[in-house]
Amino acid sequence: MFSLQSISSQIHEWLYGHLPPAFALLSEFFIVGMLMIGLFAFLGLVLVFMERKVSAYMQIRLGPNRVGPKGIFQTLADTLKLIFKEGLRPKNSDKFLFNFAPYLVMMVAMLLMAPIPFARNVQIWDVNIGVLYISAISSISVIGILMAGWSSNNKYSLLGAMRSGAQIVSYELSAGLAILSIVILTGSLRISDIVASQQTGWWIFKGHIPALISFVIFIIAVTAETNRAPFDLAEAESELTAGFHTEYSGMQFALFFLAEYVNIFIVTAIGATLFLGGWMPFHIGGWESFNHIMDYIPSSLWFFGKTFFLIFVIMWFRWTFPRLRIDQLLNLEWKYLLPIGLFNLLLMTIIAILGWHF
Amino acid sequence: MTLYLFYFLSFLAVLSALMVVVSKNPVHSVLYLIMTFFAIAGHYVLLNAQFLAAVHVIVYAGAIMVLFLYVIMMLNLNADTEPQKGKWLRVAATVAGGILMVVLVGALRSAADTLPVTAHDNQIGMIKNLGKVLYKDFMLPFEISSILFLVAMVGAVMLGKKEIK
Repeated sequence: MFSLQSISSQIHEWLYGHLPPAFALLSEFFIVGMLMIGLFAFLGLVLVFMERKVSAYMQIRLGPNRVGPKGIFQTLADTLKLIFKEGLRPKNSDKFLFNFAPYLVMMVAMLLMAPIPFARNVQIWDVNIGVLYISAISSISVIGILMAGWSSNNKYSLLGAMRSGAQIVSYELSAGLAILSIVILTGSLRISDIVASQQTGWWIFKGHIPALISFVIFIIAVTAETNRAPFDLAEAESELTAGFHTEYSGMQFALFFLAEYVNIFIVTAIGATLFLGGWMPFHIGGWESFNHIMDYIPSSLWFFGKTFFLIFVIMWFRWTFPRLRIDQLLNLEWKYLLPIGLFNLLLMTIIAILGWHF
Repeated sequence: MTLYLFYFLSFLAVLSALMVVVSKNPVHSVLYLIMTFFAIAGHYVLLNAQFLAAVHVIVYAGAIMVLFLYVIMMLNLNADTEPQKGKWLRVAATVAGGILMVVLVGALRSAADTLPVTAHDNQIGMIKNLGKVLYKDFMLPFEISSILFLVAMVGAVMLGKKEIK
């Protein structure tokens, strides 16, 4: 049976059998780094293409269909074009910060990849504070956005960065509370424990209505945190041209664009891990043969299937809802989502203490 | 290995803390301060206190410094619009700072003679142990400090509220 775990352990054994331990460790670092960069490039290409096709489908168009069969090489051609473009920099911008900001945003996205379980026992770093690490690192990305907006020396960029900052800082709370409710149910912050606790069923089914509420809050909050429509005030095209990355061109713009899509992948992967069981197959208690068939589907397929389903949901949001106004956006967070989230957390604690979940 | 990491992080922390003071642009100062916080978070990780490191990054680098950055970017501070301090004030500040440093050096000199603190339990920084200590041994101070935060929050809301006519 195909599984990522056996491949990785084979490579691990081969390396340690043929190389001194220090070199073997270094070459493993190298392999993991290369795989991450490869995954980034792949995700960028696939998700941009997926977004264009989904939007085309929702608007009854065909979407890209010229380059390659069904237009699947369209994003590759676009990337090539962006690589060959000249990177311009505004005259009075802050040179270092302007050039550094896209890399900071990318670095944050790369760091977030570390605790994500891609398949059974395939995880770069199973840190014991797992979900806390995720919320700590993801709170840094706003610094990169503020840096980009301020250093461009452009009022549209600055306004876009300010809006983005306000939005991310406020919606982080709701996302954190939603994550916390699952941590209460599991009793552990470690990602592998959270996945293992869903052996008998995913939390969204086992945790009754509070889990469902926190799932909905989580999806709304991460849509806002990744600055996507209907919360894309940070780059509202009709008001701010392109928000914080107005002045960027060429590959630097491409890095921001790539970071946006990679961030969508990361937050949906976290959502799939916490609420939909990560790589855990769909099990129904008591149905032994059914569970057995489900186990034959590789765990990596389960993980990517759930993640891409959530990505599709977030794209669905983008192409069906109109954009919110800034005051509506902040009201939604502070007056509705946050109180509901706090109350939900309390309810979840009661359920966890009394053991009412399955 | 840990020792080299310690030296690297300490060097980074001290250097970026110096740059906070030295750099002319206030936005650069804030960014250097964020770097200092990261170096300190690295120290916490070296002490096997990962929870503290994560909370440090969330609270300081993620929340407080973002608000700082926010305000400073909005203020548009420039050398020609801000009132400049006179020469005598700079001299006075240097003297005062120097005296403070002498006192600190004098105070910390004796610290070198004391024994290094060895944690009786190197797993104390793990979240489970930390939670037990906080909620068992230090229950009352912990709760009181959370009430303090609540008071600060209510106060901020009161200050931010529009006048009721």
